Amino acid sequence: MTEHVIRLPDVGEGVAEAELVEWHVKIGDLVREDTILAAVMTDKATVEIPSSVEGEIVWLGAEIGDVVAVGSDLVRLKVRGEDNSSAPTGAQVAPRAKAPAAETAESARLAKRPIDDSFESAPAATALPESATGRPIRTAPFRQFARGAPRPEGEKPLAAPAVRLRAREAGVDLRQVPGTGPAGRITHEDLDAFFAQGPGMARAPGLQPRTAVEDIKVVGLRRRIAEKMSISNSRIPHITYVEEVDVTGLEELRATLNKQKRHDQPKLTLLPFLMRAMVRAIVEQPNLNALFDDEAGVVHQHAGVHIGIAAQTSAGLMVPVVRHAEALDLWGCGAEMNRLAEAAKNGTATRDELSGSTITITSLGTMGGVVTTPIINHPEVAIIGVNKMMVRPVWDGSAFIPRKMMNLSSSFDHRVVDGFDAALFVQRIKTLLETPALIFMEG
Amino acid sequence: MKDISCKLLVIGAGPGGYVCAIRAGQLGIDTVIVEAKKIGGTCLNVGCIPSKALIHAAEEFEKIERIASGASPLGISAGKPALDLSKTVLWKEGIVGRLNNGVSGLLKRAEVKVVEGWARFRDGKTVEVETEIGPQVIRAEQVVIATGSDAIELPFLPFGGNVISSTGALALTEVPSKLVVVGAGYIGLELGTAFAKIGAAVTVVEAEGRILPQYDAELTRPVAKRLRELDIEVLTGAKAKGLASKGEALSIEAADGKVVTLAVDKILVTVGRKPATEGWDLDAIDLDMDGPFIRIDDKCRTSMRGIYAIGDVTGEPMLAHRATAQGEMVAGIVAGEKRSWDKVCIPAVCFTDPEIVTAGLSPDQAKAAGIEFKTGLFPFRANGRAMTLEKEAGFIRVVARADNHLLLGIQGVGAGIAELSAGFSLALEMGARLEDVAATIHAHPTQSESLLEAALMALGHPMHI
Repeated sequence: MTEHVIRLPDVGEGVAEAELVEWHVKIGDLVREDTILAAVMTDKATVEIPSSVEGEIVWLGAEIGDVVAVGSDLVRLKVRGEDNSSAPTGAQVAPRAKAPAAETAESARLAKRPIDDSFESAPAATALPESATGRPIRTAPFRQFARGAPRPEGEKPLAAPAVRLRAREAGVDLRQVPGTGPAGRITHEDLDAFFAQGPGMARAPGLQPRTAVEDIKVVGLRRRIAEKMSISNSRIPHITYVEEVDVTGLEELRATLNKQKRHDQPKLTLLPFLMRAMVRAIVEQPNLNALFDDEAGVVHQHAGVHIGIAAQTSAGLMVPVVRHAEALDLWGCGAEMNRLAEAAKNGTATRDELSGSTITITSLGTMGGVVTTPIINHPEVAIIGVNKMMVRPVWDGSAFIPRKMMNLSSSFDHRVVDGFDAALFVQRIKTLLETPALIFMEG
Repeated sequence: MKDISCKLLVIGAGPGGYVCAIRAGQLGIDTVIVEAKKIGGTCLNVGCIPSKALIHAAEEFEKIERIASGASPLGISAGKPALDLSKTVLWKEGIVGRLNNGVSGLLKRAEVKVVEGWARFRDGKTVEVETEIGPQVIRAEQVVIATGSDAIELPFLPFGGNVISSTGALALTEVPSKLVVVGAGYIGLELGTAFAKIGAAVTVVEAEGRILPQYDAELTRPVAKRLRELDIEVLTGAKAKGLASKGEALSIEAADGKVVTLAVDKILVTVGRKPATEGWDLDAIDLDMDGPFIRIDDKCRTSMRGIYAIGDVTGEPMLAHRATAQGEMVAGIVAGEKRSWDKVCIPAVCFTDPEIVTAGLSPDQAKAAGIEFKTGLFPFRANGRAMTLEKEAGFIRVVARADNHLLLGIQGVGAGIAELSAGFSLALEMGARLEDVAATIHAHPTQSESLLEAALMALGHPMHI
C-alpha cells in the first residue's frame, strides 16, 4: 500500500497557476483511474483534472477559489501495490511532513518537478474499504446547486418513489429541488442538500418569513467578471449617450436579404449591420477604436476593428471577439458572430477568441429595455449598447406614423473621449443605420 | 340495532376497499367496512382470480390435447384428455374460498369491523346498511367509496338465459359447444380463448376494426395470430343486433352490412364495465362527477369534505392494483400522512395467449404527447429461453426519450410475460434510463433478457440480433 500524490499538471499556454473552481471528490471517496477529481480555471478556459490512479482520497490540497501553482500537490490518495513512478528522492519526500498549507507554498516553488510521485505511507492506515460501493461518492451541497439544471416548465420531477415519499413527508415540492442524477433524477443526496440549504422551507402553509442566508463563494468566471467590472467602473469615468434610431428601412433591407440569402449564408440579425456601420464610423473617428493604457498614459489606436460581442452563457458573461470586422462583409460578420456565440455558449471558445477586442457591442436582444448604461470593457474606450426595437409613433410633420425605433445606449471613456466626439460617433452610426445604403457605399 | 360510530367507513370490500381498511386498521384507525356480497370484490370472486384459474386449466388441457394429437415435437405421447368442468369450477371455488378467508382473517387481525349488507347514504357522514338482521346505521368521520364496477349490459341482449356476463361464464359447469363472445376487449378474449381451448367453438364479434382496440396493433398481432391457430373466428367491424330463434341464435350485422345469424349455446357479453354508482343513494351526497365516474383529486378526495373514492368507481384504468394503491394511500391520508398520487405508471396485463403487458407510454402515446422518442424491440424468437419453452411469439419493446434516454414505457407480448411486468414498472417508477436497464445483468437463460436487449436495441447496439 502506498500513498500517491497528484499535482496540478501544466494546463498549457505557459500558465503558471490556476484557480480551483470545483472539487468533484472529497476525502474518503474511492476513485478510479480517469475519475475527474477537480476543475481548475485558467484565464477563461476550465480544465478538468483526472485521477491517474485508482485509490482512496486522503487529502485535498486546496479550497474552492484558491489559486494553485502548477506542480503543487492537489490530491493525495492511498493506492494498492507498487510505486508507479521512479523512486522519490529525499528532497521530494520532505515536504510531505509539513503542514498542508506550507507544503502547497513549498511545492509552488518547485513547479518543474514530475507531476506524480508515490511513496510509502504508514501501513496502519492503509486498508482500503472492502466494498467500493459501500461509500457512495457524495459531493458538497454547493456543487449540487451549482450543477442542478433547472427543469423545463411543466416537466414532472424525476425521482424514485422513496425520494418522493421523503420529500412529501417533509413538505417539499420536488419541482423546487435540482436533480443531479442521470436525466436530472433527484437523488436522496439532492434532498439532503436541499434540506441543508433551507430547513423548514415550505413546511407550513401561508406566508412565512425566510431567514436562511446562503453563502455563495464567488469563484471562476464569476470572480473574473467581478474583478473586470470593478476595474472598469472604478477607473473609467463613463459618459453614457442615448440616441434613438429609426430602423424601419434597415429592417426592410434585412428582411429582404434574409429572404434572398443563399442556403449557406447565416440568417442576419441587426448586429452585423451595426458592426459594419461601426467600421465605417471608426474610419472617421479612429480614436474610438482604441485601448487606453492608463498606467503608461498611452492610447493604442488600432487599425484593425476587433469587435467584442457580449454574450450571456450558462456560466456568465463572456465576450467573444469578431476579429478584423473591417475585412469581413455583412455575411462574414454574421457568420463569424454566430460561430463565436455558439462556441462561447458551449464552452469551446479558445482564449484567443475571447480576448483582443478593441471595441464592444452589448445587446440583450428582446430583453434590451429602453435604456441601459453599459460598462466599458476595460481597457477599451467605447461600448455600443443595443436596446429593444419597438414600433413607436413618430410625428412626420403632419401625422403620427408607426416606425420601428430602437435606442442605442453607448458609453465612452470620458478621459480620452469628449462628449462632442461621443455624440458625433453615435450620430454617424445613426445616419448609417437609418439610411443603410450608406453602409455599403464605397468612397 | 345500536348505531355504530367509527373514524373511517369503507364501502365495498374489493381490492381497493379491503386494502384501505386493513391499512387503516394497522395504522390504528377505528375502521368499519361494508360489503353487500363477498369479501374480495369482483377481482377475487368473479374477476381476476377465478378467470386466471380457468385460463390455467384450459392451458393445461390444451397442452395435453396437443401432445395427444401428436403435434408436439418433444417426443411425449399421451392419451386424449377429458375435462370435467364442474370439477375445474370446484377447484377454482376452493382457491376463491381460501382467499376470501385470507382477506377476512387479515381484516380481523387489523381489527376492522365487517358489516355485511347493502349500504345507502343518508348524508355525508351517515350510512344505513340493510343487513340480514335489519337496518344498521353507521356514522363515520370519514368515508371511502369503493363500490367498484359492473359488467355493462346491452339493452338488446340483457343478461339472463343464454346471455351471460363474465361472472356467468366463470360459473359454467359444462363447456358450451358454440360460444359467441360479444366484445374483443381483454375480458372477452381471455375467456373466449380459454373456452376454445377446452373445446368450445368460439366466435368473437367486435364492433371496432381489430381486436383489443385499446392496445396498439403491433402488440395485438401475436394474439390475433394465436386466435386463428385456435380456430377462433373473429368478426371485426360487426355489431350484435339481438337474439334470434328463441335465444338459440344471435343476429349480427357483419362488416359488409349484411345481417347474419349465428347459432349459439351461450352468448358472453364483454363490452366493458361501468362504475357502480347506482343503488346506494349517491344523490343524497351530491358529489361532483367526471362523466359516469366520481370525480377525485390527487388525494382521492371527492367534492365533499371527508369523503374519498377509490378504484373503478373513480375511472380508468379499472384495474385492481390501481384500486389497491389508492386504498393504501387513502388509509395513510386518513391517518395524517402526507400522501398524494404520484405514480409514474400503472401497468396493465392482458391474460390472452400470448399475454400482453403495458407499462407507461406506448409509441403512439409518446408521439401524441409531442415527445421525441426512440424505441427498441426485441423478438422472443431470438431468445433462447423462449425457444426452449416453445413460446417464440411476441417481443419486448421499450420507449425512451430521445434526448436523455429516460424510459417512458415498456410493453411486451409473449407467453408468461405477465411475470415480467414488475421489472417494467420498477424501471419506470425509479426513473431508469436505457443505460440503466442495459447495464443491469439479466439472468440467463430467461425471457427477461429480452428487456435488456430491447434497451440495447434502442441504444443502437443490440447483442443478440
